[in-house]
Amino acid sequence: MAGPADLRILVACKRVVDYAVKIRVNAAGTAVETNNLKHSMNPFDEIGAEQAILIKEAFAKSKKTVDVIAVSCGPAKAQETLRTALAMGADRAVHVETNDDLQPLAVAKVLKAIVEKEKPDIVILGKQAIDDDSNQTGQMLAGLLNWPQATFASKVELAEKAMTVTREVDGGIETIKTPLPAILTTDLRLNIPRYASLPNIMKAKKKPLEKIAIASLSIDVAPRIEILKVAEPAKRQGGKTVENVDELISKLKNEAKVL
Amino acid sequence: MLPTVAPAARLSSRQWSRVPASLRPLAQSLRTSIVPVLPLQATVSRAAFSTFPKAAAAAGVSPNTKRALTAEKFPHLKRDESFKKLSEEDLAFFKSILPPSAVTQDEGDLDAYNNDWMLKYRGQSKLVLKPSTTDQVSKILKYCNDNRLAVVPQGGNTGLVGGGVPVFDEIILSTANMSNIRSFDPISGALVCDAGCILEVLDNYLAEQGYIMPLDLGAKGSCHIGGNVATNAGGLRLLRYGSLHGTVLGLEVVMPDGTILDNLSTLRKDNTGYDLKQLFIGSEGTLGIITGVSILTPKRSKAINVALLGLNSFDQVQAAFKRSKDELSEILSAFEFFDQGSINLVKQHLVAGANDPLESPHPFYVLIETSGSNKDHDDEKLGTFLEGLLTDEIVQDGVVAQDTTQLRNLWSIREGIPEALSKTGSVYKYDFSIPVPVFYSMVEDMKARLEKEGILGEDKEVKCVVGFGHIGDGNLHLNIAAKQYTDRITNLIEPFVYEWASKHAGSVSAEHGLGLMKAPFLHYSKSPTMIQLMKKLKDVMDPNGIMNPYKYLP
Repeated sequence: MAGPADLRILVACKRVVDYAVKIRVNAAGTAVETNNLKHSMNPFDEIGAEQAILIKEAFAKSKKTVDVIAVSCGPAKAQETLRTALAMGADRAVHVETNDDLQPLAVAKVLKAIVEKEKPDIVILGKQAIDDDSNQTGQMLAGLLNWPQATFASKVELAEKAMTVTREVDGGIETIKTPLPAILTTDLRLNIPRYASLPNIMKAKKKPLEKIAIASLSIDVAPRIEILKVAEPAKRQGGKTVENVDELISKLKNEAKVL
Repeated sequence: MLPTVAPAARLSSRQWSRVPASLRPLAQSLRTSIVPVLPLQATVSRAAFSTFPKAAAAAGVSPNTKRALTAEKFPHLKRDESFKKLSEEDLAFFKSILPPSAVTQDEGDLDAYNNDWMLKYRGQSKLVLKPSTTDQVSKILKYCNDNRLAVVPQGGNTGLVGGGVPVFDEIILSTANMSNIRSFDPISGALVCDAGCILEVLDNYLAEQGYIMPLDLGAKGSCHIGGNVATNAGGLRLLRYGSLHGTVLGLEVVMPDGTILDNLSTLRKDNTGYDLKQLFIGSEGTLGIITGVSILTPKRSKAINVALLGLNSFDQVQAAFKRSKDELSEILSAFEFFDQGSINLVKQHLVAGANDPLESPHPFYVLIETSGSNKDHDDEKLGTFLEGLLTDEIVQDGVVAQDTTQLRNLWSIREGIPEALSKTGSVYKYDFSIPVPVFYSMVEDMKARLEKEGILGEDKEVKCVVGFGHIGDGNLHLNIAAKQYTDRITNLIEPFVYEWASKHAGSVSAEHGLGLMKAPFLHYSKSPTMIQLMKKLKDVMDPNGIMNPYKYLP
């Protein structure tokens, strides 16, 4: 690419157990089993990657360039997730290698280090990851960087060095405007992610993917939260068919005790 | 409520990601109870049937006008007067062996059983019986046989050839109340269940155990396994797991005289005597009623990949298929094909607003699925295969599903074609086995024939002619959507298509069966000697001819 891009976007992409997989708690009751399960990009991060590419495509129409960098922290397999982001249209990827399970604060610190290195104008994250549902990383990163944040975005419009974001809040929608650089976290209705096309999957294999050992960042990523117990909710009881109204009333009174 | 299918399915999976992880197991169980209604053709479920006229209205058929009876549409069919008409005594007998909820006489309720889901056939039955045990079925059939009452067995009523609905006043024997899973052997994978188990329910049950049903089809949310076996249904997994003639290990069948034939073997190998169960597989309820099924189920694959490809010609489709057998070999689990007309209908009626998988339209599309035990291995194989296709310009464009949402959405395009068609108009459905090299010529020849008559076009009598199907099995679905069923259109299509199939050494029915629709055309696929032997068998097993009369044999 000739010269620096007009805009740079960093997209966080977490590798999680695919949403469709039926998860099970491990025998020790300490975590969810993840071995040998299908993994995919966190759906909210996928929306984030799509949004970055949509912005890139919109800028291209007015002859402006956008550099989209996908970043993921995790084991070697996280590179598959990054390749998906590259196949969708990201320009390059950064893999922060670790085999430890990072908590949101640790991820935010890692992202802060990457932000300081790459100097993006916008960092896009999913509002939460579907494995731990923390909904913290984006906010913590904003705090660490002392940047403005626009969370739960359902619509994004970019202007010169500013961004107007529509957010879904309780009881309605809220529209805010923030200067850049800023943090953006995505909600469901922001967009529908595209499919990775074959030509783009092939191109993605040749796009740069930088590997960074987490130790080289000299960050304290020790967990701050201890998980005491993970348990499945009580099994749902099956429905019953009743023969007549009398039986229904009797069951509502005596079994369900709602009458 | 008839969901607007694909967007709803998409939304639900997206909404799913909002469900907190802690609640997932619970929500999952709710999902499994909801999802069957969402996938496309599953909207034709019994539960949804009361609202089904909506679909009919969308198809241009007004639910309020009295539609023609099958007997009126096919005037050459005459009621066999050797069958007795239902009397009060008969009713009293049935009520003496069945609970009140298992005897349906209400005219409004009967509608759902007298009509097929395409609203093409309409019978005049006055009685539906819903036994819950094999013993009850036996008593019913013995009585019917002794009293010469004709019977039509019915499962999920998702058939495509009018085989499961009455022609005149046959008593409908529904397997809806026979839905118990009897046993499952986690070592051999042998599943034994009642005939009325819904295919998708069985598949979900097996998923818990790490197994999978060896067959899958669009109507999975409604169709019964007994009906599947009786029609010898094929579907989407046949390429990998073979036909029901191979996977069914045993059957429990009630013979027309009430005798229970207990052949519910779970043995994989058994060379003792004639293999009687094979006679009932694909017999469409003309020899007896299947009440129990023993079926061999394979292990569910851990790694599944789906790719959708766009191609420029049918020659390229064949080249891609040939290469997939070479390069994907043992992990190839589906090779489905559809033309541009098919995907246009799905886009128009089902997935409006969703992302287009491919950037530009292509004359032909292929959906490839791989299933295996090792994702890295499969990914590498599929990746190399697809790159080769693209480099050699066999394929112009394509997408690979990156997660399960995309995987399901790609499948829903293929599975949505029949429903999209039904929303387009009255559909003439044909299901041929045809040698792959001439596979698509049939669609082209049919189009040319209708164009020559000047009746093919968006605003004309025939809206479209589309082709899709299972390339891997040489099975073409030729579908013709018309404004309404008319004799003129029928006569332009038939027997032309049957002669065409016969000339090219094909079969007039690959997987839908014969039913009422194709009984007269059996001779295009079977010799007089074979048809004679079939008739003899029918006479031996059902001497009074009470089982599913007027159908199957010419």
